[in-house]
Amino acid sequence: MTPAMTAGRLPTKGNAVSAESIVKRAPRAKRSGRDSSSRSAGGRSELVPALIFIAPATIGFLVFYVYPMIRGFYFSMTQYNVLGTPKWIGFENFVRIGKDPLFWNALGVTLEYVVLNIGFQTVIALVLAVMMQRLTKSVILRGALLLPWLISNVIAAMVWFWLLDYQIGLVNQFIEWTGANKIAFFGDSFWAIPTIAFVNVWRHMGYTALLVFAGLQTIPKYVYEAASIDGSSEWSSFWRMTLPLLRPVLAMILVITVTGSFQVFDTVAVTTRGGPVNVTRVLQYYIYQKGFAEGQFGYASAISVVLFLILAVMAALQLRLLRAGDSDLA
Amino acid sequence: MTTTTVHDSAKPQVRRHHRRLSPGRILAWAAMIAFLIVTLFPFYWMLRTALSTTRSLPSAPNSLLPVDFTWGAFERVLGLGTKAQAVAEGGSGASVNFWLYLRNSFVYAGAVTLGQVFFCSMAAYAFARLRWPGRNLVFGVFLGALLVPPIFTSLPNFILVKNLGLLNTLPGMILPGFLMTPFAIFFLRQFFLGISREIEESAALDGAGPWRTFFRIILPMSTAPVTTLAILTFIATWNDYFWPLLVGNNEQTRVLTVALGVFRSQTPAGSPDWAGLMAATLIAAAPVLVLFFAFARKIIDSIGYSGVK
Repeated sequence: MTPAMTAGRLPTKGNAVSAESIVKRAPRAKRSGRDSSSRSAGGRSELVPALIFIAPATIGFLVFYVYPMIRGFYFSMTQYNVLGTPKWIGFENFVRIGKDPLFWNALGVTLEYVVLNIGFQTVIALVLAVMMQRLTKSVILRGALLLPWLISNVIAAMVWFWLLDYQIGLVNQFIEWTGANKIAFFGDSFWAIPTIAFVNVWRHMGYTALLVFAGLQTIPKYVYEAASIDGSSEWSSFWRMTLPLLRPVLAMILVITVTGSFQVFDTVAVTTRGGPVNVTRVLQYYIYQKGFAEGQFGYASAISVVLFLILAVMAALQLRLLRAGDSDLA
Repeated sequence: MTTTTVHDSAKPQVRRHHRRLSPGRILAWAAMIAFLIVTLFPFYWMLRTALSTTRSLPSAPNSLLPVDFTWGAFERVLGLGTKAQAVAEGGSGASVNFWLYLRNSFVYAGAVTLGQVFFCSMAAYAFARLRWPGRNLVFGVFLGALLVPPIFTSLPNFILVKNLGLLNTLPGMILPGFLMTPFAIFFLRQFFLGISREIEESAALDGAGPWRTFFRIILPMSTAPVTTLAILTFIATWNDYFWPLLVGNNEQTRVLTVALGVFRSQTPAGSPDWAGLMAATLIAAAPVLVLFFAFARKIIDSIGYSGVK
């Protein structure tokens, strides 16, 4: 193996992992030398064409990202019935959130969902990815595992709503056949959140496994070769090398999946609509109800500010704890 | 390079051969097959149910084959059968405007994809290749938008669309995603960075300006990444539920996901029209599945890449 190839294989800090990025690295490195020379020779700025090129995207950015963000913070400080005009009330909404039992309920329900969803999804994805790595690199297999991710949340929710139906759903038929009692998966206050978490684990496990799988490709083979010469078993290789070396990739994956998980909405909206009683009223569904069913837009905005802050803190914490920036492979 | 690769993979091959029959490997294969069944079986069950007669379903709930085979569910979803026939098979008899929802979904996902990919590729080119002051700073600010959760901008954007008088119109649904997403710019910029400078330099020698260089040379060279991005954007938009629910939840602008939610809540709680529901979900999923089967390789290869998202 030539030194250049080895360098090309090694993952750089938090870098994306794909065939493309590996192939590309070489020409890019070659170019940087020429780049500076041509700049000093020409030195022209392409400001005018650049402004034209970025104009549409910049309009989109300012109008549909920056402006709504500023407005979101502003609305959270107002009492705003959608039909009226916003009235400034300072931090009153946030004080009210602190005293709102339904908000705390929604936060608790969301946390329960996130823990179940992310816990199962991450472990299953890891197992699947390692199995793919060790057993087969078949594209057909990876494609099959990816199928649930391609259909919408709404469809995934409906299919499982049918499979888990209390009366004639297949799963309950099976449970009855084993002699146990049928379970009202979506209608039982204990089972509702785990069931919704399960549906979304089903939809995302293959996708997450492919992300982990891509990360596994960045671990150089010589690490395993060295380990097998040392007589390390598969099991201990996994714990002592694969997992630590995968950490930067895992950290990124967790930040993405946790952020997504906190915003669960579709599955709840299609199946339980927050019920039974309040057990599945997750934060985003609560925001939706407050803002659109009850027309309390200021209050809904304030809750979404809180959700935004929670997500920011979670992401920062995860990156910090998992030291996403630095690799052990040095 | 080729020889190294062959040499590289030859060694573990020998070892792998030894492991082929170990109990650990058999167990791993069994687990993999179990995962595959859990993943794929619901798709089969959708089809099996969609080809059944709703009224007959309770009589054989665990039959692996369609119960009382019929195309009726597809016909009633697509509005082809008669009302009497629909009711006889267990449908509600209410007319569903499926073709309209299908059209709306195509317009919504298609327009967002076209606009987003086009405008983002222009911006990505400016960020990757044109030289101008403040380039990296502006790019950094754009990327920052990746951190903002959609729910946070959805509420104010709803007000904006409402104030523009575009509530319950397709343009109102399309607009926010039409001009840019930070991810699309990031994705394409990575590819443009990898194109050799020499190509642009020779184009410049021929007197081509940035505009012509981009449209005549760079864009045609980048069909692979642009197609990949377009497919990913189309699938994501096609599956979108929250935003269309907020701004397009009336009969005329409903997309399939929203319509399915309504369809499901309208079926009587005691005896839902399961065959009809499953036929509807299959039709709603079909375009995305067709795209996937056509471009599976591209989509699968892009997953590790989009992980940075």
